[in-house]
Amino acid sequence: MTPTLQIFLIVSAALFSTGLLAALSRRHAIFILIGIEMMLAAANLNFIAFWRFGPPHQPPTGVMIALFSIAIAAAEAAVGLAMVIAVYRHYHTTNVDQLDQLRG
Amino acid sequence: MNSWIVTHLWLVPAEPFAASLAILSVSNTRRKSAAALAVAGQIIALALSVVAFVSTLQTHGFRAVQNFTWFTFGDQTLRLGFVLDPLAAAMLVMITVVGLCIFVFSVGYMAEDKNFTRFFAYLSFFSGAMLGLVIANSLLLVFIFWELVGLASYLLIGFWIERPSAAAAAKKAFITTRIGDMGFFLGVLWLYDRAGTLLFYDNGRGCLEGAGLAMLGASATFVALLIFCGAVGKSGQFPLHVWLPDAMEGPTPVSALIHAATMVAAGVFLVARVYPLFSLGAISGVTSSLTVVVWIGVTTALMAALIAIAQADIKRILAYSTVSQLGLMMVSLGVGGVAAGIMHLLAHGFFKALLFLGAGSVIHGCHGEQDIRKMGGLRRFMPVTFMTYAVGMMALSGMPFFFCGGWTKEEILHATAHWPPSHVPYYLILVGVVLTALYMTRQIIYVFFGNPRVAAERAHESPRIMTMPLIVLAFGAILLSAVLTPAWPWLHGYLTGEPTYFDVARLIQPMLFVSLALVSAGVGVGFWIYRKAGTQDGGRPAEVDPLEYAQPALFRFLANKMWIDELYARTVISFSWMAARLSDWMDRYFWDGLVRGFGAIGQLFGIFTTSVDERGINAGVDETTAGARGLGRVMSTAHSGQIQTYLGAIAIGMLALLLLYAWLA
Repeated sequence: MTPTLQIFLIVSAALFSTGLLAALSRRHAIFILIGIEMMLAAANLNFIAFWRFGPPHQPPTGVMIALFSIAIAAAEAAVGLAMVIAVYRHYHTTNVDQLDQLRG
Repeated sequence: MNSWIVTHLWLVPAEPFAASLAILSVSNTRRKSAAALAVAGQIIALALSVVAFVSTLQTHGFRAVQNFTWFTFGDQTLRLGFVLDPLAAAMLVMITVVGLCIFVFSVGYMAEDKNFTRFFAYLSFFSGAMLGLVIANSLLLVFIFWELVGLASYLLIGFWIERPSAAAAAKKAFITTRIGDMGFFLGVLWLYDRAGTLLFYDNGRGCLEGAGLAMLGASATFVALLIFCGAVGKSGQFPLHVWLPDAMEGPTPVSALIHAATMVAAGVFLVARVYPLFSLGAISGVTSSLTVVVWIGVTTALMAALIAIAQADIKRILAYSTVSQLGLMMVSLGVGGVAAGIMHLLAHGFFKALLFLGAGSVIHGCHGEQDIRKMGGLRRFMPVTFMTYAVGMMALSGMPFFFCGGWTKEEILHATAHWPPSHVPYYLILVGVVLTALYMTRQIIYVFFGNPRVAAERAHESPRIMTMPLIVLAFGAILLSAVLTPAWPWLHGYLTGEPTYFDVARLIQPMLFVSLALVSAGVGVGFWIYRKAGTQDGGRPAEVDPLEYAQPALFRFLANKMWIDELYARTVISFSWMAARLSDWMDRYFWDGLVRGFGAIGQLFGIFTTSVDERGINAGVDETTAGARGLGRVMSTAHSGQIQTYLGAIAIGMLALLLLYAWLA
């Protein structure tokens, strides 16, 4: 079985759906962050796959964007974890169901 | 020196004005400094006037003007200026000399008054305004100073403001002269409309010079008559003479300075100043405006002389005599004797100031009594006053030779005798001369001869500060005659610009004998009629005047001033009273009703708009806000605060967009 673009896209879609499911269903803030990271990984996989199966002899744009994206995801995870810690200190919980201060 | 005084002529009136301001700014307890300031201002003005006078002697017909621009509007400029000519210079010297005497006299006369400083402030203010009036080279500037002297007159007549009669007299003077001034102002406007300038002399372009007069044409008569209205008011000519006798409510020095010597002469001065307007287009010296001047003057002169015979108040007699003499001056101007009129004005300034100050001295000596019937025999108690008063009386009566009034009156008779249209004014003036001698004799007899009556028993001579000005003025009245005689008519030549030469032969003229005979007749008849008037003894007032005994109805007619005040009360005043009542009624019921009607309309409209506002607009706004609030309440339920709900919504939205894309592609 030769690797084709469809296989990569299917894997990517599965990864994205799994991440989305995690972000929507878990109640712990850190698990939601993990779900978001999975969705980012799915996007990165798509970038690389489209570059790999695109026209030959192209500059490595997909890989470059993926690298930037990973760096940004690291920064985002740092900010997200810091916020989780701050929220925990304030509310003594990380259960997002209880964090409903912005209710209208 | 010559040009300096021309360019700095404004300094003459500026001195008394400055003194007035300075006096007003010091405390009213500093009486000595107030008097010193006033007298000093007057002395400086006198010195400057003499300098101005001397500089006019250099050439015959000297005239120098100093004009300046007051302000500019558009391409029109309004220019004012000062003029120095023999007329102005002679007036300046007369006003400052007489004024100085009166200022010094006032220091003694007003010594007891609690408003001493205010008096001197007003007096200085008046002096400044009067000096400004005579040197003004613009009819507008004349008008400004004219109103300022009117104001000063008002303030000084009503000086003893706590007396209701003084307040009423001040108002009467102000309002009566205002009637004349309205005509004057209309004349000013008309003149400006026609001639385009109000400057008298402006290098040939002034309104009294050739080009300006040519532009006036036929309207000169009306302009002249309107200006004469102002002169009638100020100089107390019939029919606006009624204020002048009442003006005697003011302090006596005021009567002397303002209502005898200077301000009332302003009308005569004004007519002389704008004489070219009156004489424009004259046929052998007669124009219709000058004819009006003559008849007004004659009427005034004769009427006032008649009234003076029956008055009992020492100052009122002099007041009516002033009115009469001013009428005489007007006649002189009207018949063409401008120089004679002005000479009589100058001489009158001296001897009438002398008479009023003498009257002031008499009143002072009699402790405030003004009724001549209560005096008598004062010549023994007040010798200096008597001697100087006699000089004034002789000068006023027109006794020839040594008294200035005689020569000037003779000149006026001369001028009037040859008036082409009619000889009636001449004969009426002759009657006036007799009457003048008669009423002055009556006054002298009542006041100074006979036995002392009620008010004269404790009479005393006035202090030196009051008698000195009397002596100075008496000498002035005598010495002035030296430049008035027909043998050497220096003043006449000075005023007209004609050369003067000495000729004794002209001294003896028919008119001299006419004049001498008339005055002697007047004095003789006076002594004969009143020979017993002053001789009653026992200190009783001489209740019944000999004339009253002989002709009670006539005497009452004259004593009540020919009922002219009553006539005005019945006609002009009751008319304006009616008009005022009508206006009041109109205002109260008609206009007020109209205003109330409009108010009601406004109120109704207000009620309507209020209901529209409350029922329509307010309710609409309320509905809208309630709707917005309900919508907000519904919408806010979507905001659960659960971030996973939001995230789910975003995911569903993305999915929906994706499906839409797939379906469209």
